[in-house]
Amino acid sequence: MSALLSINGVSKRFRGLVAVDRVSFEVPEGGVFAVIGPNGAGKTTLFNMIAGVFPPDGGSIIFAGERIDGLPPDRICRRGIGRTFQIVRPFPALSVEDNVIVGALLHRKRVGAARAHAHDVLRRLDLYDKRAQRASALTLPDRKRLEVARALASDPKLLLLDEVMAGLRPTEMDRIVAILRELNRETGLTILLIEHVMRAVMALASRILVLHHGAAIAEGLPEQVMRDRAVIDSYLGVEAIA
Amino acid sequence: MIASLIEGVPHRALALLGALLVALVAAPLVAGDYLLTVLILILYFAYIGQAWNIMMGFAGQLSLGHALYVGLGAYTAASLYVHFGIGPWLGLLVAVPVAALAGAFIGFLAFRFRVAGVYFAILTIAVAEFARVGFDHLSWTSGSSGLFLPVAQFTHNDLWQLRGHPVMFYYILLAATVFAFIFCRALLQSRVGYFWRAIREDEEAARSAGIDVFHYKMIAVVISAAMTSFAGVIYAFYYNNLFPEQVFHISRSIEIILGPIVGGIGTLFGPILGAVVLTGLAETLTAALAAAGIDLPGAKQVFYGVCLLLVITTLPDGVWPWVCKRIGLAERNK
Amino acid sequence: MPADVYLNVAVGGVLTGLVYGLMALGLSVIFGVVRVVNFAHGEMMTIAMYIAVTLFTAFHLDPLVMLVPIAAVMFAFGYVLQTRLINPFITRPEYSQFLLLVAVAIIIVNLLLIAFGPDAQNVQTSYAYDSFQIGPLIVDATKAYAGLAAIVVAAALFGFFQYTRLGTAIRACADNYTGALVVGLDVKHLYALTFGLGAACVGAAGCMLLLIFDVTPAVGPAYTLLAFVIVITGGLGSMPGALLGGVLIGLTEAMAGLLFTPSAKSMFAFGILVLVLLFRPQGIMGKRTA
Repeated sequence: MSALLSINGVSKRFRGLVAVDRVSFEVPEGGVFAVIGPNGAGKTTLFNMIAGVFPPDGGSIIFAGERIDGLPPDRICRRGIGRTFQIVRPFPALSVEDNVIVGALLHRKRVGAARAHAHDVLRRLDLYDKRAQRASALTLPDRKRLEVARALASDPKLLLLDEVMAGLRPTEMDRIVAILRELNRETGLTILLIEHVMRAVMALASRILVLHHGAAIAEGLPEQVMRDRAVIDSYLGVEAIA
Repeated sequence: MIASLIEGVPHRALALLGALLVALVAAPLVAGDYLLTVLILILYFAYIGQAWNIMMGFAGQLSLGHALYVGLGAYTAASLYVHFGIGPWLGLLVAVPVAALAGAFIGFLAFRFRVAGVYFAILTIAVAEFARVGFDHLSWTSGSSGLFLPVAQFTHNDLWQLRGHPVMFYYILLAATVFAFIFCRALLQSRVGYFWRAIREDEEAARSAGIDVFHYKMIAVVISAAMTSFAGVIYAFYYNNLFPEQVFHISRSIEIILGPIVGGIGTLFGPILGAVVLTGLAETLTAALAAAGIDLPGAKQVFYGVCLLLVITTLPDGVWPWVCKRIGLAERNK
Repeated sequence: MPADVYLNVAVGGVLTGLVYGLMALGLSVIFGVVRVVNFAHGEMMTIAMYIAVTLFTAFHLDPLVMLVPIAAVMFAFGYVLQTRLINPFITRPEYSQFLLLVAVAIIIVNLLLIAFGPDAQNVQTSYAYDSFQIGPLIVDATKAYAGLAAIVVAAALFGFFQYTRLGTAIRACADNYTGALVVGLDVKHLYALTFGLGAACVGAAGCMLLLIFDVTPAVGPAYTLLAFVIVITGGLGSMPGALLGGVLIGLTEAMAGLLFTPSAKSMFAFGILVLVLLFRPQGIMGKRTA
């Protein structure tokens, strides 16, 4: 499998604080790749660089064979990377359906076609029945799924999920995990996720990268990474593998 | 295409709209001269309110300097007429691009440099003020002494030169308002409309959804400016005199925004309802004061201020959404 | 033109600018703490100016002498305005607050118009035509006194914020709203106090400005805009910035009036505003907010 996304020696510093320190990894096409690590490890910073919120200070980011580091968020989305936010940001006054239509309109000129596609996405994310509700009236789990739906509607090749499981009860989390696995299996959608909830990580990820103080301390198959001494000491704790 | 425009609108509402249109078309036949001028004023503000609403209600950009576009449209068409005898409809072909360019300029300055929210509003005020003082010193448009158009006669309606009875202006403005209404409805339902609403709700999230925010904000500003300048041309040929002090003054800009705010920002009917309520009530007030022999310059403005205050504090979404709820019209695109 | 004309005009501009700075200081304080963009700022100053004019016409009381009582009245006005009208708007969207104050401004201007008429009024004190000679400099007495008063009031305000408990409490609110609540500060009251202080500032500035300029109801909006230009140029939320911006604008205005036509001088202020908004939106001394 070729690499869809290639991170090469990417660094970011904020006035003397090194947030991300020469991190390199590859996300294979069709894979599910998880980035884990303690708070402040640099995960969201890394994400934001991939998503175009700010450019890296060093290194390069290559997506589908082309460099994307330094591009603004809208260009990155148009290249085929969709993202969700850690603190969800739906368009509050718009309906659920309209939220997703906005995403669908990226690659569709006609609203009718966008609406049809949006309905498909909503059905997949189990939100079709709530499509007429205002986004601001939804519960948190529903809003999280709406974020995913909106990102999905823009037909991304790579989906970036930023701590999408946070704040969800186990049943809700299992629901989203199931949806994501189905998406990955049926459509070959590549997923890159930041997560703290190890249960979700183990259920989804085919490869894991562990960050600590901005640097990569382990990378590989889940079983290997979970047993890595450095990872256990810095993040997981011994109970995690007990 | 008409089918998609009326999709989702309850039959009741369509019937009401139709009745309203018929009433408006027939109005000049029964209205006296004074009432006709009030109606013209209402239509003028309804039309401009719609144009302004595109920038604010749809794309979320607060412009407090819209008088700039009225003035540019008015002065361009008027000076072309006075200096070269070019009729208003041809003058429009120059006036609209001039205003659109001004809008693009402001938009470019603001959006490229991330001037947003209140700062953007202040920028628009500053540019309008700049124009006001600038035109005061512009001799080609007669500066502060005012630009005067050859006096109109009421006996014969010259549509091409826009010389004639107020009734002609009434129908022109009615047509413009109807057009603006339909145009805004079409815009809201279009791809552009969706992107505007996304930008209005959350610019950063819109960007992450792939929307080129700068591009779409510029479109909103340019369309709004262009539409507004048409009203400026009508203004020039209706009143036949232009003074920078009046035309570009911040009071004009505030009058423009009152209708949509009172009526309901972002709604289709808001600007129209707002214009009716405000202008109607204001003229009633002035007439009542005049009848009682009281001459209070500024009373109308105090009234406007109080209306704005009341709406902002009690009905922040405007009167139209409140009316909708009362008469049971739950609309999707309002 | 001989050099000392430029110098005199420049000095006059700086002195006037100090008063502008005081006016803008009020706006900056209000924004810095309460985070409300007071679009009725100039209009509030006009109220103070008309009070001073009335007192002068009726009782021959010098505006500078009446400075403290008028400032006190404006303080009360500001306090009540904040508590009754503005406070519920703290959590509303920005443009909502803005429009609320636009409404207040419209009402003030036109009530003043109804009460006092559109004609210009001014104050002719006994020293209205006096001037001081310092070497080659000739300084108008009115501008000298006004400028001096502005410095005194500004210094008093700085002292208040820096050295008193109340001042420190207000600064705490500005820094961290939730933190202030948590340590038990009565934030609503402090906000109202701050708005009152801003109003008092502007009231004092009005008294000083009356010595130099006429007052009509229409100057309200013009001064509001000027205050915004100054505050944005100097840096929103920076008190020294407001004074610096005021001096800069006063100087520019005076020089532009001298070099070009006087009526075009406001164009320069706006030109500066546009430049600042584009290239240094945080102002000369402002802190860049995220």
